[in-house]
Amino acid sequence: MLDFVQQLVSGVALGCVYGLIALGFVLVYKATEVVNFAQGDLMMLGGFFAFTFIGMMGLNYWVGFAGAVAAMALFGMLAERVVVRPILGYPQFSIIMATIGLGYFLRSVAGMIWGTDDFKIDTPFSQGVLRIGSLVLAYDKLSVIAATIILCTLLYLFFNKTTLGTAMRASSENMLAAYYMGIPVKRVVSIVWAISAAVATCAGVLLAPITFIHSNVGLVLGLKAFPAAVLGGFGSIPGAVVGGVLIGVIESMAGFYLPEGWKDVAPYIVLLAVLLLKPEGLFGLHVRKKV
Amino acid sequence: MRFLFKTDYEDDIRLFPHSGYAVSYGLLIAVLLIAPYVLSSYLMSQLVFVCIYATVGVALLILTGFTGQASLGHAAFLAIGAYTAAYLQKYNVPFPIYFLAAGALTGLIGALVGFPALRLQGIYLVIATISFAFIVEEILARWESVTNGNEGMRIKTLSLFGVAVPRDSPMFYFLCLGVLVLTIVGTLNLLRSPTGRAFVAIRDSETAARSMGVNVALYKVKSFAISAAITGFAGVLFAHKLSFISPEMFTLQLSIEFIIVILIGGTFSLHGAVLGAIFIVMIDPFLTYLKDDMPGIIAGVAATLGAGTETAGNIQSKVAAFASLNGLKGAIYGIIIMLFVLFEPLGLYGRWLKIKLFFQLFPLYKRATFKRQKIYVKSERNR
Repeated sequence: MLDFVQQLVSGVALGCVYGLIALGFVLVYKATEVVNFAQGDLMMLGGFFAFTFIGMMGLNYWVGFAGAVAAMALFGMLAERVVVRPILGYPQFSIIMATIGLGYFLRSVAGMIWGTDDFKIDTPFSQGVLRIGSLVLAYDKLSVIAATIILCTLLYLFFNKTTLGTAMRASSENMLAAYYMGIPVKRVVSIVWAISAAVATCAGVLLAPITFIHSNVGLVLGLKAFPAAVLGGFGSIPGAVVGGVLIGVIESMAGFYLPEGWKDVAPYIVLLAVLLLKPEGLFGLHVRKKV
Repeated sequence: MRFLFKTDYEDDIRLFPHSGYAVSYGLLIAVLLIAPYVLSSYLMSQLVFVCIYATVGVALLILTGFTGQASLGHAAFLAIGAYTAAYLQKYNVPFPIYFLAAGALTGLIGALVGFPALRLQGIYLVIATISFAFIVEEILARWESVTNGNEGMRIKTLSLFGVAVPRDSPMFYFLCLGVLVLTIVGTLNLLRSPTGRAFVAIRDSETAARSMGVNVALYKVKSFAISAAITGFAGVLFAHKLSFISPEMFTLQLSIEFIIVILIGGTFSLHGAVLGAIFIVMIDPFLTYLKDDMPGIIAGVAATLGAGTETAGNIQSKVAAFASLNGLKGAIYGIIIMLFVLFEPLGLYGRWLKIKLFFQLFPLYKRATFKRQKIYVKSERNR
């Protein structure tokens, strides 16, 4: 039983990271119907920025964290402006390819700048454990869970209570109509990319104590975030996080209870099963076909 | 400019619309046939890879270009073909039989993948094919009794009717070229048959195709099966060319490379697969060449521009250091993909058509002829 809870908590913590990456997918997908295959790489880059600020320049953890988030938000806007905006409105597949290209580029450049070693960021949560009876929970994992809850609440409030959030939802429904209604669609899209890059950075920084930051971490985790996003129903913010947590728990349980090899495949098997049985996901809207 | 007067349907679907085609393709075949006796062995080896990649490119074009079903899992089909060949070869099955068996098995698995894919659209299909490829990769690594796990499998020299065909011999090149040409001709015939017309109809509008009486499910599965089978054939050749296969060769990276082949070549015509394959395979020797010669050339240019010997030497060592950076290749790949999507969405073949039209219509050529239409209303979600 104790093992089970232990696995559950580490699964949830890992799942929160998947959920945060998936959240980035979902934000961009909702606003522009673009699936950003470079989302994991944005997370990796955010982690490296934080490492540069904290580990190399010796800034305070929180200052470095904020700096990395701000820098990545700007970077997200830049990426949107350069790579995505010129091809908005073209078939989805070309946009997917463009973001795959962006991912390639970011991975290689990060490898060139920071090398291919693993990096670790010292955080206030790196050390120490919380003991409840005989249950031992590491602070770094709990910090990921707490941060995810806070971020999701903020994003949920932002999207549902503020004017800008409403404008974003409107332009995600129909860009042209939103434009006619006076919503500055281009700026909205730009902000969405900034937010999604910022969320990715949070994921990267939180992840740093658990698995180390290296230039390929984005690819590995980014691909695991797809099952999370699909399970939650592409386009649903709570769905992304719930999906992420489920995938994290499934992966962690499969690693513990099933023979070797299942751990890596389990998320994809779940993904295929979801796609076959309930393609709209747990929280997705069922849309009727229009001719 | 030549005007073709088509008087009946037969004229419209002719493989060679006019004699010029036969002449130019005949010349191309002639050049390709004498190539092994002229080119260096390294270039020959690259040419074999061009043939294999182009075969996969044609397979992917059938599925993605003409049926509109994106796939990022073709490395898995290639792997299945390669492993079938390696496994059957262990039991001394002759080449023609395991070649066909690999195609048949891959086609069958392609059809099996096609069934669940019926319910999926666009991005979901992409993600599903990625997952499929991951699962296949993991199976290859774990099913040690058949695949030898991560240690990989050796493939013995190909023997065709008792004659050994080493992987760097001209014969092997002719074999690959033959498979490619047969695939292209077969695909051209497929595309002008009712099946091919149905594929294109599904790509353009599934709803419209269905209302015209096209059995969408059947044709999608067919497209998956045909595409997978061709990739399986290419896999056999791929295995023989490499003479050693292991699961980590068939990763997502390879699937992306295949997509890049058709993306760079152009997704609307079979020419695209070949041009894209040439581009992808030749980029490696080209980058090596740049790495070796570029520093010297740049330093030479700097010296002629009036820089001192010392500065020129400095520049040379700096450029050399930059060129040998790890991961430069990946960055260049990424930039190439982005540039093609942004500026040359029709690919290399599209560029060729534009140049051709420019001279045919000179001076009346208009850029807008090839302009793509942008759609801002979200149709893909409601499709």
